[in-house]
Amino acid sequence: MNWRKIEEEFFLVMMRLASLLILAAFLAIMGTVIYYGLPALSWEMIFSAPKGGFYLGKEGGVANAIVGTFYLACGATIVSLIIGLPVTLVLNVFLKRGSKLAEFIRFSFDVLWGVPSIVYGAFGFTLMLYMGMRASLLWGIITVALVVLPAMCRAIDEVMRMIPGELQDASLSVGANKCETAFKVFARQALPGIVTATLISFGRAAGDAAAVLFTTGFTDAVPTSLAEPAATLPLAIFFQLGTPFPEVQQRAYASALILTALILLVSIAARLTGSRLSKYVIK
Amino acid sequence: MASLRKIKERLTCSAMMMLTIASGLLLFVISLGLLLRSREILEMKPIMELLTSSVWKPGRGEFGFWPFIAGSLWVTLLSALLAVPVSLLCAVYLSEYASRTVRAIAGPVLDMLSGIPSVVFGIWGVLALVPLVKDYIAPMTGRFSSGYTVLTAGIVLAVMIVPLIVHVALSVLRSVGNDLRDASLSVGATRWQTVKLVVLRKAVPGLAAAVVLGISRAFGETMAVIMVAGNVAKAPKGLLSPAYPLPALIANNYGEMLSIPLYDSALMFAAFLLLAVVIIFNIAARLILKKMENIR
Amino acid sequence: MDNSLEISETPHLRVRGLNVYYNGHHALKNISLDIPDKKITAIIGPSGCGKSTLLRTFNRLIDTIEGVKVKGEVMIDGVNIYDPKVEVTAIRRKMGLLSQRPCPLPMSIFDNVAYGPRIHGERGRQNLRNIVESNLRHVGLWEEVQDRLHKPASELSIGQQQRLCLARGLAVEPEIILGDESTSALDPVSSKKVEERFLELKNEYTIILVTHILRQAKRLADYVVFLYMGELIEHGPAAELFANPKESLTREYLTGIIS
Ligand SMILES: Nc1ncnc2c1ncn2[C@@H]1O[C@H](COP(=O)(O)OP(=O)(O)OP(=O)(O)O)[C@@H](O)[C@H]1O
Ligand SMILES: [Mg+2]
Repeated sequence: MNWRKIEEEFFLVMMRLASLLILAAFLAIMGTVIYYGLPALSWEMIFSAPKGGFYLGKEGGVANAIVGTFYLACGATIVSLIIGLPVTLVLNVFLKRGSKLAEFIRFSFDVLWGVPSIVYGAFGFTLMLYMGMRASLLWGIITVALVVLPAMCRAIDEVMRMIPGELQDASLSVGANKCETAFKVFARQALPGIVTATLISFGRAAGDAAAVLFTTGFTDAVPTSLAEPAATLPLAIFFQLGTPFPEVQQRAYASALILTALILLVSIAARLTGSRLSKYVIK
Repeated sequence: MASLRKIKERLTCSAMMMLTIASGLLLFVISLGLLLRSREILEMKPIMELLTSSVWKPGRGEFGFWPFIAGSLWVTLLSALLAVPVSLLCAVYLSEYASRTVRAIAGPVLDMLSGIPSVVFGIWGVLALVPLVKDYIAPMTGRFSSGYTVLTAGIVLAVMIVPLIVHVALSVLRSVGNDLRDASLSVGATRWQTVKLVVLRKAVPGLAAAVVLGISRAFGETMAVIMVAGNVAKAPKGLLSPAYPLPALIANNYGEMLSIPLYDSALMFAAFLLLAVVIIFNIAARLILKKMENIR
Repeated sequence: MDNSLEISETPHLRVRGLNVYYNGHHALKNISLDIPDKKITAIIGPSGCGKSTLLRTFNRLIDTIEGVKVKGEVMIDGVNIYDPKVEVTAIRRKMGLLSQRPCPLPMSIFDNVAYGPRIHGERGRQNLRNIVESNLRHVGLWEEVQDRLHKPASELSIGQQQRLCLARGLAVEPEIILGDESTSALDPVSSKKVEERFLELKNEYTIILVTHILRQAKRLADYVVFLYMGELIEHGPAAELFANPKESLTREYLTGIIS
């Protein structure tokens, strides 16, 4: 029957077109960011803070936002690692396989992973007001740590779940207790996975804007302490693009290019460690 | 010595356990926190009025969420309409037809696409799509448009949720056993017949879950939408009218909300609404995926 | 058992100079072989020697594996199935496949059996009903399932599922039946039932079975093919090969020295 061939060919063409369309969208985004960002990029842009108010133009660059992003993403990643590592160790070492509690917590991370960052932002803001505090780098870090926590836990958990149970038995049978088994055997065995998870979380933290909008504030100065407000690249893009001044918009373009490059680098690094990781995993 | 070691273990153990339980309660705590903060407005107004009224005048104490709910529905549904067919076709292509080279390219591209921050999607929308809608698409229909429209936001959101849907759909399709494909091929079915009659049939619940996850992602997306949707507090009338989705409402007004009575409570109610919808969608999708061989 | 085993001048299935590579790994090395018609041929050999690979080259299911290269000829009725002009679906239709684990399609019992005929254009309801009934009878399943034809096939027991899969394969009227360790996932009673089916079916079909159970090969096979590390070491009538193998490798395998 010829009609059968036509149907298959038709869908094959559609599938190819769809895939090409996605590739085209990706290239269009990268193209736009580079097209506008590259001419705006300069050493001054990277190394100096805005000199005329971030909203008003004049000279200066986005150094404040670069440093702020770096602080914020590092802080949030570290905090979520400090929470996430013990939690995943509990899930995989302390709780028995098929434990209801572990199932529930994994499930709740799956759901949390889908919660939009604006909700975390609103929650962080609520918490911050409740504590009677003001927007600062510290609160940005706390809020963003919550945002990336599910991704961090899921990524580490995925690797730890592949560690065979015999490894735990082996460690326990030489007399190690659960804690030692967890940190000395499991954490080490999962190290490449932890590195990947950390990189993924860092990328997510650096790119997030909705959660820091409420909690981090915005400033032209490079932050010097946790209690000060801080600028981040995503917020810089958002605010500066909204101004009517071309000089300020230039900064937004440059920021977008820097942010995208940073995140793609991190994502490539995560992928490389991820693929290298499969060598370590005993199947 | 042994007892010291034991005490140390006990302490670490219980600390870690507590951390785990706390993180298990996080979802509950977030919901509760937002609900408590929105209690004020819920006590003042009946919930139905809040959801269905179109009058949004915070200064006069009028909080009708309908324009924002409608805005969210418009942009979310449009993005799903655009993204779902493309993503599913792409996922089927990558899992059933593509050569190893194509897959090797597609993986990193999808990864990078999903890693791009939402403000960058927003900047793309503003620089590339807004002029396109304003100068080409709107004039074709003979109407004026600023370019900041439901259509623009829908397209941006569609591109944003594509990688997520493709990723989940791909793992669903991969979980369909190869013996099933072999069984179908061995009675003389073509590849497409096998896909259509066997693979997709087996994968339908999982693909539905992938779509639901995508929709829920679009529903909660904030920064890209706020940059391109136009943010006019009126229910959209069509693809070329501006929209003001819920997340944009929350993000845009955090600055002034403390100066107007009930305003902060209203915005937290919006956040709670968002969270409730997203939780329901995510729980449904995750339950389906769990049932289908623990796909993440 | 029928010992007067003669391979006709033009057998259904003839293999000439067959080589298979998985990403450069040479899995089958220069195999040449004639499979006797309307007999049961058993392919035996240690794990990883290429039995499944050989079976998959017969109906070109090998094509679905990434990075595979096939050289040489597999002739069915004198036509090389690796000829680019050949219609793959027509080849596959000529051969029923019974895999290791039963693999019912995600549909009802009836639809499972009717799947192949429908694919090939059969639409008549009465015809389909007849095809389903006769094939289910053929595998001895009709009595057990006739009152729940429209229930999902996954509700059957594993042994019943395997016979259902056999019926599904038979429904497209193949000439050859391929089985890859088709009884290894079944309990003894079910596998006995499947074996009985094979013995019955060999009057009408050419049957090729991969097995790693020597006793099963002795019970069923008329003709035996012994592979070792991708090479065809020895092949011949079962009685002869089991009684006095010509090659020392075969003897070692049969006595259990290599496995
Ligand atoms: N998809 C594949 N990719 C790469 N190599 C493969 C693949 N399938 C099989 N091989 C290799 O080809 C050789 C033959 O495999 P095959 O599955 O045919 O063995 P077998 O005789 O069926 O073994 P068993 O009795 O364990 O089923 C093995 O060395 C195997 O490692
Ligand atoms: Mg095998």
